[in-house]
Amino acid sequence: MTLTAMIAKMSEGLGRTCAIFFLTLLFSLPLGLLVALLRMSKNRLVSTVTRAIISFLRGTPLMLQLIAVAYGPFYLFGATLLVKQKLLAIIIAFSLNYAAYFAEIYRGGIESMPVGQYEAAAVLGYSRTQTFMRIILPQVVKRILPSVTNEVITLVKDTSMAFTLAYMEMFSIGKQIATSQSSFLPFVIAGVFYYLMNSVVAFAMSRCEKSLGYYR
Amino acid sequence: MNILEIEHCRKQFDGNEVLTDISLTVSEGQVVSIIGPSGSGKSTLLRCATLLETMDGGSLRYLGKSAVRDEGGKSVYASAAELKEIRSCFGLVFQNFNLFPHYSVLKNITEPPMLIQKRDRTEVLETARDLLEKMGLADKADAYPYQLSGGQQQRVSIARALAMKPKMLFFDEPTSALDPELTGEILKVIRALAAEHMTMVIVTHEMAFARDVSDHVIFMDGGVIVEQGDPHAIINNPSHDRTIQFLSRFN
Repeated sequence: MTLTAMIAKMSEGLGRTCAIFFLTLLFSLPLGLLVALLRMSKNRLVSTVTRAIISFLRGTPLMLQLIAVAYGPFYLFGATLLVKQKLLAIIIAFSLNYAAYFAEIYRGGIESMPVGQYEAAAVLGYSRTQTFMRIILPQVVKRILPSVTNEVITLVKDTSMAFTLAYMEMFSIGKQIATSQSSFLPFVIAGVFYYLMNSVVAFAMSRCEKSLGYYR
Repeated sequence: MNILEIEHCRKQFDGNEVLTDISLTVSEGQVVSIIGPSGSGKSTLLRCATLLETMDGGSLRYLGKSAVRDEGGKSVYASAAELKEIRSCFGLVFQNFNLFPHYSVLKNITEPPMLIQKRDRTEVLETARDLLEKMGLADKADAYPYQLSGGQQQRVSIARALAMKPKMLFFDEPTSALDPELTGEILKVIRALAAEHMTMVIVTHEMAFARDVSDHVIFMDGGVIVEQGDPHAIINNPSHDRTIQFLSRFN
């Protein structure tokens, strides 16, 4: 098998890699915010339960969570896994896991906001929701962007974990080729792919940071 | 007509009584200064009056409308909707400005009236431009707070409060974060407001300013009003020992 054939074959999986990446971000970013708010709830029960869930999601391997979501239903209800459901299982596991990390990033950002911003808004008559959406959240986004970039870069590389479920994204295809051709080359190609994708991510995120650089 | 009426206000923090039975009435056009040492409860009183802090006992009324009523020594707050309406009666200028850093100067001033009071955009913009003109900041409308000096930021925050067309303004040590030169800028603005008969309550450490600009001065210490009355009498010739001691450096 030639190098170009390998690259062509592995490229076929890039769509799936991107699907995992974008769908995970789509669900985990808002979910993380929700989890952060629950974590900061004044209700002790809510905040304690949320904290325990975050602790579990951050304290166990993503790969384990992936297997639990994918095969748990089989052992519990005898349900079998279809290809479409594989992606579903991956997105559920990834979104939950990343939401836990994002939640702690949001929380750090929200808690770093000076109380004067809330007070100024309150005196002007802003409701709690208006204060959060218009005054607090935009400033929090700017503060947490560097930490979020870190997670997003990790996510690009973590998509390779889908091979655990034999979901044929770019890395799983590469692994298959490596086995059948007894070649190390597919791993090099995969490394280059990930590096290129992360260069795009880093570029996009630095553009985001710049666009928020108009104030301090 | 009385704009603000506080009766028998009490406030505790973790069992520490920081305000003990404070009553205060401010009538239309009156300028009241509150002076006193740090920790005397001046700022807490202001924060109770502006609903940033909840009082434990006593009542609070704006223009006769009850924000807090006293039931057997306990404060009972009005409904959220009523409080929202009452909040539009007053504005507050903070010690450290608390402008919204992600908004331009103009948006800091125009968003609250448009969003909260649902006022017409053209009218609000006109009001904001007039206020900026008055504050000597006409050329700073599109600047962001970080690009301004402390004095300029404080003038923007005064404009932001005035844009809501409040019946009265509170100032919480408005010059304490500023150097003497910038302090002068802000005191000039407050003097101009006093000349227009804006009703104001000012917590300040600027004694000469308090004496010259106010109709009434209150000296607080240890959570109580020790002495109050005519500004010149209080500041130049205090009668209470504690007031004499506090003002000894000034006199």
